[in-house]
Amino acid sequence: MHSSSLVRALVVAVAAVLTAVACGTSSTANAGTVHVIAVWSGAEQASFMAVLKPFEDQTGIKVQYEASRDEDAILTTRVGAGNPPDLAAAPGPQLLTSFAKQGKVVALNSAIDMNAYQANYSKSWIDLGEPLKDGKLYQIYSWAAVKGLIWYNPKNFQAKGYNVPKSWDDLMALQSQIKGTGTTPWCVALESGSASGWPASDWLKEIVLSQSGPDVYDKWVAGTQKWTSPEIKQAYTTWGQILGTNDGNVYGGKQFMLATNFGDVGTPMFASPPKCYMLNQASFITSFFTKANPALQPSTDFNFFPLPDINSQYAGAHVVAGDAFSMFKDTPQARKLMQYLTTAAAQTIWVKRGGKISPNKQTSLDAYPDVLSKETAAILVNTNIGRYDATDNMPADMKAAAWKSLLDFVSNQNNLDSILANLDKIQATAYK
Amino acid sequence: MSVAAARQVESTAVRFSPKWISERLGRVGLHVAVIGLTLAWVVPTLGLLISSFRPFAAIATSGWWTALAPPYQWTLDNYSQVLDPATSNLGTAIFNSFMVAIPSTVIPVTIAAFAAYAFAWMKFPARDWIFLAFVGLLAVPLQLTFIPISKFFVDHGIVPDNLSSLGLPPWLGLWLAHAGYGLPFSTYLLANFFRALPSDLFESAEIDGAGTLTVFFRIILPLSVPALASLVIFQFLWVWNDLLVALIYVGGAPEVAPLTVNLANLTNSLGQGYQLLTAAAFFSMIVPLAVFLSLQRYFVRGILAGSVKG
Amino acid sequence: MDFSVLLTDIPTLLVVVLGVPAVLAAYIVGGEFLVRRLPDANRPQVRPWIWVGPAIFLVAAILLIPAISTAVQSVQDNQGNFVGLSNYATQFSDFPNGGAWVAIRNNIIIWLIFYTLFTLAFGLVLAVLFDRVQYETVVKSLIFMPMAISSVALGVIWKFMYWYQPAGSDQTGTMNAIVTFFRHDPVAWLQDQWPNGIAVLNNLALIGAATWGITGFSMVILSAALKGIPGELLEAARVDGAGELTVFRRVIFPLMMPTIVVVGTTLVIFALKAFDVVYVMTNGNYNTDVLAFRMYNLLYLSHNPAGASAVAIILLVAVIPVLVFNLRQFRAVEARR
Repeated sequence: MHSSSLVRALVVAVAAVLTAVACGTSSTANAGTVHVIAVWSGAEQASFMAVLKPFEDQTGIKVQYEASRDEDAILTTRVGAGNPPDLAAAPGPQLLTSFAKQGKVVALNSAIDMNAYQANYSKSWIDLGEPLKDGKLYQIYSWAAVKGLIWYNPKNFQAKGYNVPKSWDDLMALQSQIKGTGTTPWCVALESGSASGWPASDWLKEIVLSQSGPDVYDKWVAGTQKWTSPEIKQAYTTWGQILGTNDGNVYGGKQFMLATNFGDVGTPMFASPPKCYMLNQASFITSFFTKANPALQPSTDFNFFPLPDINSQYAGAHVVAGDAFSMFKDTPQARKLMQYLTTAAAQTIWVKRGGKISPNKQTSLDAYPDVLSKETAAILVNTNIGRYDATDNMPADMKAAAWKSLLDFVSNQNNLDSILANLDKIQATAYK
Repeated sequence: MSVAAARQVESTAVRFSPKWISERLGRVGLHVAVIGLTLAWVVPTLGLLISSFRPFAAIATSGWWTALAPPYQWTLDNYSQVLDPATSNLGTAIFNSFMVAIPSTVIPVTIAAFAAYAFAWMKFPARDWIFLAFVGLLAVPLQLTFIPISKFFVDHGIVPDNLSSLGLPPWLGLWLAHAGYGLPFSTYLLANFFRALPSDLFESAEIDGAGTLTVFFRIILPLSVPALASLVIFQFLWVWNDLLVALIYVGGAPEVAPLTVNLANLTNSLGQGYQLLTAAAFFSMIVPLAVFLSLQRYFVRGILAGSVKG
Repeated sequence: MDFSVLLTDIPTLLVVVLGVPAVLAAYIVGGEFLVRRLPDANRPQVRPWIWVGPAIFLVAAILLIPAISTAVQSVQDNQGNFVGLSNYATQFSDFPNGGAWVAIRNNIIIWLIFYTLFTLAFGLVLAVLFDRVQYETVVKSLIFMPMAISSVALGVIWKFMYWYQPAGSDQTGTMNAIVTFFRHDPVAWLQDQWPNGIAVLNNLALIGAATWGITGFSMVILSAALKGIPGELLEAARVDGAGELTVFRRVIFPLMMPTIVVVGTTLVIFALKAFDVVYVMTNGNYNTDVLAFRMYNLLYLSHNPAGASAVAIILLVAVIPVLVFNLRQFRAVEARR
């Protein structure tokens, strides 16, 4: 075997490679880089890149973005290995809060312009970003969405002479009226891969907030309100009224609900003849409608009304959700990017592209691309009892259990008591 | 002589006799069975292929078989979006996939070949127990190794940024990880294959005065080509299609991320855009299939036959 | 594309592809020279360790040490205090539907039996049948194709296959199209927990998808083994008047047994480790939970590494019977030599 000549060749090859690299392009002196991880991929990634472009142009700082849908696994591993990104965004606070509890997140009070932040954001967003309740800001919110919007097809309503319900009783009456004509009033679709069940939790949250008020809601989120308590149980049974016995008010019954991806929820509503008349989804569902049927026009073919108040005591309550950013490494470049992301200028870029709402009070309503998103933004700005998405703010396993409980409830509404008892058990250990 | 040749030995049955008919029917039955099974197997892939040429609105509302009758709604939209240079840097991603998959195949297969030979034909204390440990470690869920190994890599600077600045390939950590993950199966497969080789081979070689090295390189390796070919196919394929391990050890930055990361990012965080995955799946299938087809010629009968006789 | 990258990376690739085998070969050859210097008796004592050295080192570093630290972590709580078997107690609590019991019964009964059996049977049948046709490469490639698909794409394909539309509407999924063609109501394949919550149907649906994806693996290996059977043996059996089925039973099957054991063992371990298909298609809902998925959730969602470790150890312990079986096989083969 000519092993010695092989070894010699090897050494020469390695030396050549290293020389080539050393003589190659040296790193250009620049203003630094920031590493960001978020879940935005596909078209959302394009939007986020558009947001970052003016920042990179103005400051010369390069932003290295990594999309990672498996964010729980990736971030947990990188933080655990001591190699976190500079910034990370998550579609809800709970992953980032768990890192804040471990002390891995940098407090932002001195990193961003707190005066501007406090002036431009309502108190609830700021409180949301201080999960440890120690006055230290760990998360900022850059974009938001409004939940609890009931979508309908105005043409269908007109054809049948239905009116948009203004109160809960009106809604129940409309529901019976539609049912009386032999069509299911509602469309519900719950499948969503590893997040299956979340559209149902939107229903639940809205009902809890609107029916039992913000105090119960806050205690529920904090884990001090039991799932078996009368208020929470009542929320489930109220949703059960919407679903009807044996899920009879929903198109396709429980099989369709459990098997159909949430993005396809509108398809039966836009079918001809329509198979259902109403559905509950967040503001971003509109892009799913138009993707499936490009001929649909906002306002004429689809419009929304907010879920009517259940309890007049808590009128005008809304559930919102948002994208949170946290900083893991305190560098000057990371601070600049964080600051940039809190400004209306940055947020408006994505708002103009559609699909997101800005929580910054300075964002002009004219930036929204169509009437419907303007109205949604107005809801966000004007709501007097706004609360953040409950399950997104609970510990991860509580959230997963909540979603699963709703899937189980849909499968068999009679199992409610055992479902709630199981949730209590998880609640007992999840908040540690 | 191969099975095929044995089969073609002229039948002694008289034409149109019952035996002749039953032989012919047997042949027809064989072909029906083979083609039928293959067609049934191919149905899901066929559905995917046809769906990749349909617009999203059509996929969501009708089954793929309806596309085979008018009105035809064929479109190349999905493919053009996947291959669009503006949104995806496919060239770099494919290159990165090769840079990850090839070393991650070469390293474990070579190391496993040497170790397998020792497990199969050498005696040493605790040999069976160590071998069993290898097989048992095949069951270790990878997720449990992520944090300890990541931590080790980070502590010792085996991260892409640091490696690149030292002039070393940024995928070094990933190669080592994949090698470690692939070793149990590689060793298990090769050791069993080596063990199945007739011991007369070694005896005749020993009589001829050949040492360990000669036996391994001149006798065992050439005879093991089908097993080595299978192993290369599988290891390459598993690494080529891997997403999570790459994200953990090398991250998603475009300069180093393999193709799987690109394809995973075609859908947005809400899962919208899954019709693009249909086109992406076919696109990404090309390389593993090419590897498979090119290694097919090593799956031939008769390498062993006759080697012991004289 | 940045072409300077080609300048540095392709040489690197060549260095690795040629260099690693070369370096290893050099190491083995160098080791052999050292061994030759030893007295005759000592050579077989030292030599094996040189050959298995690199493998043992890598496997110990990447798999064994994390496995040991997992075992250690499984008897601690998340703060590092020793808590004995309480993590295991939590996982084994609430028989039959609580703790890890759903995952355990899914993995150990449904996945282990059906996944392994189907994949082995299909692989064997296909290998034997394809061996006899001239267009073998074509059909083998078609059966192999699913292996070339990533698990995400496999999930997409089979979600399309299992799509559900209510009775009376046009079906969009292949399985339901077939089922409604035979005048049966459409089935929610992934959500239906027939019979009565024991969830055999939807688990089988998942296993079907997984089997489809892995049969290429078993077929390729079994086919390679099949081709290792000397043609003379088969010809001799046929000349003696044996029918095809007898040839299979008496000649082919016994000679392929060692390979069948290897493939079977690997498949059993894959069945216990099943994760991707469950994660992508049902997220463990509707009683389709499996051990690896449960472990994943405990580790990343619940931030409970101690609990995750306990589940992993349960999985590793479940592999032991398979290892014992393999040990018996080695000993049998050794005895025959």
